[in-house]
Amino acid sequence: MALLEVKNLTKAFGGLKAVNNVTFSVEKGEILGLIGPNGSGKTTTFNCINQFYSITSGDILFKGSSIKNLKTHQICQRGIGRTFQVVKPLARMTVLENVTASSFCRVNTIKEAQKEAIRILEFCNLTKEKDKLAKSLPIGGRKRLEIARALATKPELILLDETAAGLNPSELDEAIELIKKIQNSGITILIVEHIMKVIMSISDRIHAINFGQTIAEGTPQEVANNPAVIEAYLGEEYAQD
Amino acid sequence: MKKNNLTLIILGIILLIFPLVIRSDYYQHLIIIAFMWVVIGSSWNLLAGYTGQVSFGHAMFFGVGAYTAGILFTKLGISPWWGMMFGGIASMMIGLFVGWVCFRLRGPYFALATLAGGEIFRLIATNWESLTDGMVGILIMQTFRSKIPYYYVALALAAVCVYSIHIVMQSKWGYYFVSIREDQDAAESLGINTTLYKNISLLISSFFTGMAGAFYMNYMAFIDPQVVFSLHYISIMAILVGIVGGVATIMGPAVGAFVMVGVQETFRSAFFGLAPKWISESHALVFGLLVIFVIMFLANGIVGDWSKIKRNVFKIKAPG
Ligand SMILES: Nc1ncnc2c1ncn2[C@@H]1O[C@H](COP(=O)(O)OP(=O)(O)OP(=O)(O)O)[C@@H](O)[C@H]1O
Ligand SMILES: [Mg+2]
Repeated sequence: MALLEVKNLTKAFGGLKAVNNVTFSVEKGEILGLIGPNGSGKTTTFNCINQFYSITSGDILFKGSSIKNLKTHQICQRGIGRTFQVVKPLARMTVLENVTASSFCRVNTIKEAQKEAIRILEFCNLTKEKDKLAKSLPIGGRKRLEIARALATKPELILLDETAAGLNPSELDEAIELIKKIQNSGITILIVEHIMKVIMSISDRIHAINFGQTIAEGTPQEVANNPAVIEAYLGEEYAQD
Repeated sequence: MKKNNLTLIILGIILLIFPLVIRSDYYQHLIIIAFMWVVIGSSWNLLAGYTGQVSFGHAMFFGVGAYTAGILFTKLGISPWWGMMFGGIASMMIGLFVGWVCFRLRGPYFALATLAGGEIFRLIATNWESLTDGMVGILIMQTFRSKIPYYYVALALAAVCVYSIHIVMQSKWGYYFVSIREDQDAAESLGINTTLYKNISLLISSFFTGMAGAFYMNYMAFIDPQVVFSLHYISIMAILVGIVGGVATIMGPAVGAFVMVGVQETFRSAFFGLAPKWISESHALVFGLLVIFVIMFLANGIVGDWSKIKRNVFKIKAPG
């Protein structure tokens, strides 16, 4: 049984089907990359998985049971953490307070929550910034803070939405390393990423969508050579060459 | 940390011996009213400052607390001191209802509902004469002739309120409240039941505000709808106490309460009789100017901007 199963997921905004009958599953322990051009429905898929949006039709199973009737916070408590593409730091709290607030998902005392937060900050290489206000972090730090907060809720599955966007090359290597570290710690990852270097090097499998519909799925190699994917990314002419 | 504790202990001792040293009823009265505002301001601050749910109608909770104590006494003969407990609980029930209606929605619904709620309760208290005696108000016998017992009750209530909020803010609840204020969507995605925790914050806030209202009933021995459900004397004043002292700080509303009661009294009494009488008519205007001043120069309130105040005052004093 897959850890997460997305079954015939459809999400419509008025007449627009941002996600249209998409089916995929994420196996325990793997990194599944979700790719597609701008506006193809990747973030919407994430928002449906954690019920940030209610889904129009289809189903989402986590560890075999449907989660589509749960509330967003209950899904986090079940074990799905997420980051936001447009980062949402708790601006006027320090980095440590941000992560501590998340740690309370699993523990009740401030002592335990802080201890866990400090461990996570170390893991995400944010220890030096722990007393800074979240709003004072540069974008690289904010992206890592997004990940740290999601990790602090002790997820079994983490959804990473473009956590490498806007990073410089050295930060990018750090981000790749961090994602691998997360996988090694036993957490399953569903990741959306535009930067091909990142997605191709870390994904075990890739699921590609365009206009809300699946166009390919397979190993990074297979997907990179798939004509439909090349067409979606580079236009029709290139595919015919 | 140590220095702070020492300051608090000294402050505590001063407050404890104050009514024994300063025998004037007038000054004791002002401090009692200030204590009451510490409670209301701190409660408002928990909800608006820390949790980000701005209430424009804390008069609703204050008035319900006051009327609960008053009605229980006039109708059932229950001591209005018990009424302090029941007043808090009754306000909490109102809070529960308001929260249940508003907190599932996003946006300005809560602010608007509290604004309307205060007015609705004022109208109910005015028109339900068989229960409230309407515009006539409720008059009871004061328990004590001296102000000193009231002083200590008010001090205890203020201390318990501020200390409780301090404890809450250092717990899981406090972290959740601030997370909700900062970003409700992020909070929800991080496992926080935002609806539940907004309600918890509102319940604590309405409980203490209701107790303050019931205390007012006991102390003043007279209430009417125009006073205890007043938009500007209670609801707006609660906001002013919060922002002048400093929102989202523990001691801010306490400082704000003393400053605002001082300002209010100074103008009400036309600078203690030294200024022309018309000054006292302009106190609403002065409140407005004060808010503009605070927002422009002390956006974080007196406590929030304390280091800035110290720096600037020091600079003025330093020669050269
Ligand atoms: N809340 C919303 N209301 C209406 N339309 C929306 C909403 N959210 C997304 N959409 C639309 O759904 C489509 C898919 O958007 P989505 O954000 O999922 O794309 P994406 O694949 O994440 O793109 P990007 O790579 O730019 O992040 C777009 O056409 C977008 O305009
Ligand atoms: Mg997106």
